[in-house]
Amino acid sequence: MTVLTAMPPPPEAPGRAANVRSGTASSVPGPLRFGGRAIRTIWSNGKARAGLIMLGLFICIAVFAPLIAPHSPTATSFTPYSGPTSTNWFGTTGNGQDVFSQLIYGSRVSLLVGFGAGALATLVAVTLGLIAGYRPGLVDELLGFVTNLALVIPALPLMIVLAAYLQGHSVWTIVLVVAFTSWATGARVIRSQTATLRTRDFVTSAVFSGERLLRVVFREILPNMTSLVAASFFAAATAAILAEASLEFLGLGNPATVSWGTILYAAEQQNALLTGQWLMVLAPGLAIALLMMSLTLINFGVDALSNPRLREK
Amino acid sequence: MTYISRRVVLFIITLWAAITLNFVLPRLMPGSPVDAALGKLAAAGVPITNAERNAIEIQLGMPHASLISQYGEYLRNIALLRFGTSYSYPTQTVAETIGKALPWTLELVGAATIFAFIIGTLLGIYAGWRRGTATDSSITVGATFFGAFPPFWLGLLLLYLLAFKFGWFPIKGGYDPGLTPTLSVSFMLNALWHSVLPALTMAITTLSGWVFGMRNNMINTLGEDFVTFAEANGLRARTVATLYAARNALLPNVTAFGLALGSVVGGSVLVEGVFSYPGVGGLLFIAVTNHDYPLMQALLLVFSLSMLVAIFIVDLLYVRLDPRVRR
Repeated sequence: MTVLTAMPPPPEAPGRAANVRSGTASSVPGPLRFGGRAIRTIWSNGKARAGLIMLGLFICIAVFAPLIAPHSPTATSFTPYSGPTSTNWFGTTGNGQDVFSQLIYGSRVSLLVGFGAGALATLVAVTLGLIAGYRPGLVDELLGFVTNLALVIPALPLMIVLAAYLQGHSVWTIVLVVAFTSWATGARVIRSQTATLRTRDFVTSAVFSGERLLRVVFREILPNMTSLVAASFFAAATAAILAEASLEFLGLGNPATVSWGTILYAAEQQNALLTGQWLMVLAPGLAIALLMMSLTLINFGVDALSNPRLREK
Repeated sequence: MTYISRRVVLFIITLWAAITLNFVLPRLMPGSPVDAALGKLAAAGVPITNAERNAIEIQLGMPHASLISQYGEYLRNIALLRFGTSYSYPTQTVAETIGKALPWTLELVGAATIFAFIIGTLLGIYAGWRRGTATDSSITVGATFFGAFPPFWLGLLLLYLLAFKFGWFPIKGGYDPGLTPTLSVSFMLNALWHSVLPALTMAITTLSGWVFGMRNNMINTLGEDFVTFAEANGLRARTVATLYAARNALLPNVTAFGLALGSVVGGSVLVEGVFSYPGVGGLLFIAVTNHDYPLMQALLLVFSLSMLVAIFIVDLLYVRLDPRVRR
């Protein structure tokens, strides 16, 4: 029997109806439901799903490093400068340390610095962006000028000069230096988005109904920018991982810490390529590339959250 | 104020701010660069007298005079292009050292960026046009993968494979060690051969930015009404893609091209370091290794200036490209 009446369209993929409030009361609190829908949308994107799996693998490796690594990363008990053997799968450094164990443990530092610096940079970017975008006028102009100035000075040279000056040579120095140089892009994006949202009706009505400034910003404006902030965070974390590796490679970090960048630094110092230890160069760089790639892939899914045109049909 | 005069004013103000920041930064840092400097000079064989120590302290801005007079001195030195003497190259001034290195970087960066821009934009147009298909996925995933390569790591790999193992390209430097830089064709060719690997490294790592930018712009433009209208009018798909969609989607990418040119000068640091290329990036590499503060400061200024100039030129160009900006 043919159906003559128009059928309502089939229920859309979960996550598409993110802006429609559910009619039935649910026992799950709002933010959790929103988070669940967000994760489902990201998961439904093929590229983002691959990214999530890869990131999960890296986090597992970092967390379970003592169980996975065959030796201690700092033990100097092996023959130095050796190629891949049965005990040292990836060879040894000039100090006789096992490269494979260093690779496993190095994931901790890379993840820590990447997420730490990324979170710090995003925090600064969100704060400054919200302030600048919400209050047009002198504050906005001033903050905009500072942001543009931070954008004009190229990040990598500034990071290098700062790290060289500071000579702190600890992981936290690197986190600070990286965060200091990468907040500007996110701040600019968030500022323009805040300025757009500020003129929308729901914000005006909230202000007129007497809501305090902080409530308007954090309950009305910020929730509508969640995917933008998330995208900003993943981009900042990706850049932070690369920046950390670059600074370590230049010897501006602490050579005693075990990270992928310091393995490459040691490889460069001992001319690993010329002595045939190409695995010592290939493996850490590939790990960095794959970790960065996983975060970028996840960002595809986050982009799809905010721009429905980008969602895969 | 017209658009152009606003841009000029903004340029001047930002330039002043960048110069001042460069003045403030070393004075905020802890530690004494004076002792590091004296140590370097002693190692290079320069006798350390009290006059020497005095001179270094003045050069590095150790408080001998008030901050204001230091600042005035600093501005005067910049205007006269007096950046002091470098520790790594004590026989020439910093200005001379940078002046010799700058053309190399400009040539390298220019070639790499133009190449990456053209290839990346074309790939981005294609990926955006064929959105959702396997072609699109393979282009975006491929671009993500190559874009995630740390530039210095890719440089090392290319160096190992193509230069060391296969011997197709030279291992280091901007030109063969025996030659002196002249403007002859043979020298240019030699320099070109030396620049292939570094340029390739930089092009591959910056490619993804163009692909994604263009792809996103294409997707947004393809949703616009005029594209639907063109398709409804029966125009061929390729015509719509190139003449209608791509042309409008290209606009933000052109702005980004200018920014990229400015920023890749800074990004050349690692690649030039790996290949021992005689550009300003390689200079920063050397300066950092030697704690060469005068050279570092001057280089930071050069990088900021190149970025500012690139942005300024692009802003001026934008007026020609996008009529909506003219008032």
